[in-house]
Amino acid sequence: MSAFELPNAETLCQQLALDVKQLINEKNLQQPLLIGIRTGGAWLAQRLQTALELPELGILDISFYRDDFDERGLSIQAKGSELPDSIEDRSIILVDDVLMSGRTIRAAMNEIFDYGRPTSIHLVSLLDIGQRQLPIQADLVGAKLTLAADQKIKLSGPSPLALTFA
Amino acid sequence: MTRHSDPTQVQLTADGRLKHFLTTEGLSKALLTEILDLADSFISTQERAVKKVPLLRGKTVVNLFFENSTRTRSTFELAAKRLSADILNLDIARSATSKGETLMDTLWNLEAMYSDMFVVRHADSGAAHFIAEQVTPGVAIINAGDGRHAHPTQAMLDMLTIRRHKGTIEGQTVAIVGDILHSRVARSQIHALITLGAKEIRVIGPATLVPKEMADLGAKIYFDLEQGLADVDVVIMLRLQKERMSDALLPSEGEYFKLYGLTEAKLAIAKPDAIVMHPGPINRGVEIDSAVADGEQSVILNQVSYGIAVRMAVMAMAMSGQVAEQQSLAAKKLNDDNSEPSETGAIA
Repeated sequence: MSAFELPNAETLCQQLALDVKQLINEKNLQQPLLIGIRTGGAWLAQRLQTALELPELGILDISFYRDDFDERGLSIQAKGSELPDSIEDRSIILVDDVLMSGRTIRAAMNEIFDYGRPTSIHLVSLLDIGQRQLPIQADLVGAKLTLAADQKIKLSGPSPLALTFA
Repeated sequence: MTRHSDPTQVQLTADGRLKHFLTTEGLSKALLTEILDLADSFISTQERAVKKVPLLRGKTVVNLFFENSTRTRSTFELAAKRLSADILNLDIARSATSKGETLMDTLWNLEAMYSDMFVVRHADSGAAHFIAEQVTPGVAIINAGDGRHAHPTQAMLDMLTIRRHKGTIEGQTVAIVGDILHSRVARSQIHALITLGAKEIRVIGPATLVPKEMADLGAKIYFDLEQGLADVDVVIMLRLQKERMSDALLPSEGEYFKLYGLTEAKLAIAKPDAIVMHPGPINRGVEIDSAVADGEQSVILNQVSYGIAVRMAVMAMAMSGQVAEQQSLAAKKLNDDNSEPSETGAIA
């Protein structure tokens, strides 16, 4: 089905950990807070948290913030978010698995602002497959791919992390 | 008026998702658990700076109360607002004209205002079910109490309370104490408790207020409070519904308290870690002593907070089921239209 091999998610994840560390240093982010978007982004954020030895991790479930309720209804898997008591004045590193239309990130940012006002948000994604519908770009990506119109990708995990065609 | 269909079926879509919430009777364990899980998520969103989520933004919810209820109506109102829906509160006194006609006229007028959901409280059993059968497809009906029949959101908030304070509903022994006869809450609770795996359900009260058919639902009947409270994990006190007491079913309030009022001494017969619940409003000194209502084992005020989360959950799920059903009907129609041979095609 696929004309090319998908990158190894574990390798991308290791490289991304180094890149995030560099980002934190370059931007001088104080007390950075990793927030992973359920489900794939949360697995990735957990890996990054371990690799960077950060004390906290936030998990974001954007089910209540999606913009397609009138097309799809509510996801049965809606589990709710788990964020620290306060994200006020925190430097957030938002983590997703596959960046595509940008709608997930729009929903995630709306939800974050309902918890408080962070100092900054940086976006990290394992893959960027283009096809953007909103003016949203990642600060760091593991790899960029161009897919055929009928191709979709998903991340399986939490261990090992692997990219497959859906 | 059309013949009433099975309420369990009316409230589900073809693929088993909730589209109205009329009764806990007949709903699967998986679906009741889904309501509780979703309610848990909404408890956490309400602890935030911004308590609203944008899930039902642009939707219009009408609180249609044919019977007074400040608490239930307010928690439905808050629930709708925290889902970002617009809400209209209508308190309609019971009309003397034919009920079916009045109800439907009211409903059609409200439908003309592009409402997406009706929350219905009515003194007649089956009112919400009747409306659900008549309403335009795509509009969700939530039962906020119908006669002596059902009060499913109260029952589900009680299930959530038990689960949050005891960890699980499975294996619990639950006593429901008081005016079972007039209680739609007790009926809805018993159905939910059985489905969710409670070990034993006891109904306790004077013979005049405990109908025998409670045994058919799966509950054990006790007329003695002290016997009934032995080794229970959860004590649910019901309000003595004075306004419904048209017949002389009780000697006096004082006598009732002596026999069935929950005091600290009587609570001591239950398990030491038993929790005490009450749907409110409380009649202090009638069915419950203040020392118990305000005591350490009481979770009565927690129930009120959980009530908002449970109502958010069923509103979100019912609206979601309606959306999914409308989408699948539209897709089916499109498919049917495409598969029909066109006139020119038929000629050729």
